[in-house]
Amino acid sequence: MLSLDELEAAVGLRTGRKHVLSILVENKPGVLTRIAGLFARRGFNIDTLAVGPTDDERFSRITLTLDGAVHPIDQVTKQLHKLVNVLKIRDLEPRDTLARELALFKVSADGASRSEVMQICEIFRGKVVDVTKRAIVVEVTGTCDKVDAFEQLVRPFGLIEMARTGEIAIARGRSET
Amino acid sequence: MRAVDALMECLKAEGVDVVFGLPGGANLPTYDAFYDAGIRHILVRHEAGGGHAAEGYAKATGKVGVSLATSGPGATNLITPICDAMMDSVPVVFITGQVRTELLGTDGFQEADTIGITMPVVKHSFMIQHPLEIPRSIHEAFHIARTGRPGPVVVDIPQDLSRADIPYEPVADVRLPGYQPTTEGNQKQIRLAAKALANSRRPVIYAGGGVVSANAGPELVELATSDKFPVTTTVMGLGAFPAPHDQWLGMLGMHGTRSANYAMDEADLIIAIGARFDDRVTGKLSEFAPRAKFIHIDIDPAEISKNVPAHIPIVGDAKNIIPRLTAEYRALAAEPNRFDEWWSRIRTWQQRHPLQYEDSTDSEIKPQYMIQALYEATGGDAIVASDVGQHQMWAAQYFAFREPRLWINSGGLGTMGFGLPAAMGAKVGCPERTVVCIAGDGSVQMNAQELATCTQEGIGIKVFIMNNGYLGMVRQWQELFWDKRYSQVDMGDWPDFVKLADAYGATGIRLEDKKTLVSDMKEALAIDGPVLVDVRVTREENTYPMIPAGQPARNMVG
Repeated sequence: MLSLDELEAAVGLRTGRKHVLSILVENKPGVLTRIAGLFARRGFNIDTLAVGPTDDERFSRITLTLDGAVHPIDQVTKQLHKLVNVLKIRDLEPRDTLARELALFKVSADGASRSEVMQICEIFRGKVVDVTKRAIVVEVTGTCDKVDAFEQLVRPFGLIEMARTGEIAIARGRSET
Repeated sequence: MRAVDALMECLKAEGVDVVFGLPGGANLPTYDAFYDAGIRHILVRHEAGGGHAAEGYAKATGKVGVSLATSGPGATNLITPICDAMMDSVPVVFITGQVRTELLGTDGFQEADTIGITMPVVKHSFMIQHPLEIPRSIHEAFHIARTGRPGPVVVDIPQDLSRADIPYEPVADVRLPGYQPTTEGNQKQIRLAAKALANSRRPVIYAGGGVVSANAGPELVELATSDKFPVTTTVMGLGAFPAPHDQWLGMLGMHGTRSANYAMDEADLIIAIGARFDDRVTGKLSEFAPRAKFIHIDIDPAEISKNVPAHIPIVGDAKNIIPRLTAEYRALAAEPNRFDEWWSRIRTWQQRHPLQYEDSTDSEIKPQYMIQALYEATGGDAIVASDVGQHQMWAAQYFAFREPRLWINSGGLGTMGFGLPAAMGAKVGCPERTVVCIAGDGSVQMNAQELATCTQEGIGIKVFIMNNGYLGMVRQWQELFWDKRYSQVDMGDWPDFVKLADAYGATGIRLEDKKTLVSDMKEALAIDGPVLVDVRVTREENTYPMIPAGQPARNMVG
C-alpha cells in the first residue's frame, strides 16, 4: 500500500538556466499580440523573441528565450498552450538544439583601431558589411553567448549601435522542432 | 444570402433560443436580420446588463449564453461581463459590431479596438476579416465557449462585412488544430489517487465551480459517500454537494465555516476538484493546509500547481474522472471506520463553532435572518442570483443549496451589479422556476435599469435588497482594519426603492418587521411580474467568521 509520505509534488520548478521555447503558431493576425499580452499579464519576462515563417505558410514559428531561474517554465508553457492559435510548444534541450542569432554592430573605428576591430571580427567569423571613415558595421552570427562575447570585446572601441535578432533555434538530427 | 442571415442560421444551428443585446449603428444589419429570424431577442437597457444576463442564463441552464452589442461604447460596456465570464468560466459568446473595414484604424465614429481591449479577458476571440468567415467563426466560438474549461468568446464583425452576400452552407465541423482540451483523465493517476484516498486518515474533498460546470454534482455525491469523505466547496461550488448532507462542512475560505477551514488546515489529503486555490480560499499561501498532500483534478492543465503544488495531478473532465476514481476506490476496499477519529474532531468544531449571529429580540431584521427567512419563504426551491458584498457572503452561508445551478454569483471578479441582470437571464432560461436576486442597496443600483427590461419582457424575478444604507463590506473592512474611519461608504436613504420599482413598472415593497418577514416574503414571491423588495436590515452588522486577508485559516475571527 502507498503511504502519503511517499507522494511528492514535482512542479513549479525553477530550473535556473536559460530556456529556448520554439512555438509553432497559426499564421493569423493578432497571434503575436496574444502571446506578448499573455507574458505581460502573467509577469513572465521575455529575454529575446524572434518570429518568422516556416516551411508551411499556414504556420509561423516564434522562438523565445526566457530565464528559468525567474519563471516556472511549466506554468509558462501551460498558459501558452491555452491560446487557441498555439499549435505546438517545445522547450528545446540545449544539448540537442542548434541556436543562432544574427547581430549587427556599428563600432567607431578610425585609422588606428580599425584593424584591431577587424581582427576581432575575423576571429569571430564576422563580416564587415560597411566601412566609413569613422565607423565600421560588422555582422556576427552565432549563439547568444558568442554575440555577447563579441559585444564585450568591441565595446571599448566605442559601440555606436547594435541590433540583434534574438535567437532562432532548431532541433538537431531528424526529429522535428 | 446576407452574412447576417447566415449568422442567424448559425445561431439556430447552435440551439440558441434567446439572446440579450442592444442595437447600434455598426450592428444594424444584424438587427435587421433579427427582425424576422425567429430567435427571441431581449432588449436590455445597458450592454453590461445584457452581458450579465447571458451569464446568468448560461449558469442556470448550462447552455451557452449570447450577448450582443454595437461597436465602440457598446463593446466597451461589455468588458465587465466578459472579464466576469472569464474569471468564473462561464460559456458566453459575445457578438460585437465593428465599424466598416475602410474606417478601421482611423478612429472612426464609435470605433474601438474591441479585439485588442478584450484580448486579456477572453478565452478566444475572432476578428472577422471576410464575410465568408462568419459562419465558421460563429460555430468555432460556440465550440470553444462550451468545451474544455468554459469561457467567453468574442466575435467582432465589421458592419460592411455583415451585410455582404455570401453563399451559405451549414458548417459541419470545426477546425481548431491548436485547441484540443483533455477530457479523459489518466487512468494511472486515477488509480494512484484512489490509493492515496485509501491511505488517508484525514481527507477533505474541496470542490469548486468546475464540478458545477461539468454537471458532475451527482458523481461528487457518489464519490463522497463511497466512504465518509468530508466535503467543502468554494463559493462557486455551492450546490455541487447538497448542503443538508451530514458530510457537508459548509463553504470554505475567507467567510467560510470554521469547521471547513480547520479541516483543510489539519487534513492529510485534500482532493481538489474543479477548484483553483484562489487567495480567498487559501489565505496565506505558505501556511495553507500545511499537513496535506494534494490530488488536483481540473480540466485546465494550467490550474494544476499554479498556486499550490499538486502531488497527484489529474487533467480532465470531472464528470469523466470522478466515477472512475470512485470505482477504483471501492475496488480497494479500504479499511472501514478509519475516519472516525477525524469525524469526531470535525463534529467538535461544528458544535463549538456553528455559523451564528446574535438575533434581534424586537422587530429589527438582522441580515443573516433575512437570508434564513428567504430560504424559508422559498422552501429553498429557488434559483438565487446574488450581487457582490456582505449579502453575498451571508447568502452563501445561510441559504442551504441542495443542488447545482441554484446559486449564481460573481465569484472571481466580484462584480457589483451582476445580480439583477443575472437573475433576469436565469429566469429567461428557466421560466418555470422561482428566481430571486439577493442584492445590496449599493450593488443593485449598478444595473437597476434592467428592471425596465424585466417589466417589458414579463420576466418575473423577485429582487430582495438587503438595505443597510452602506457599501457594507467596505464599511466592515474600514471598521475592522482602518480604525472605523468610514470613508465614502454611507449611501444614505436613496433612492426610494419602492418608488423606483413603480417607475420601472415593477411592484415595489418595503419590509421592516422581522415578525412578519417570512409571510411578507411569501406574498412578494406570489406576485406576478418583477418585484423589488426593499428589506431594511441592521445597519452595522459584520460578516463572520472571517479570515483576515493574507492570514492563515487558523486565525479566523468572529
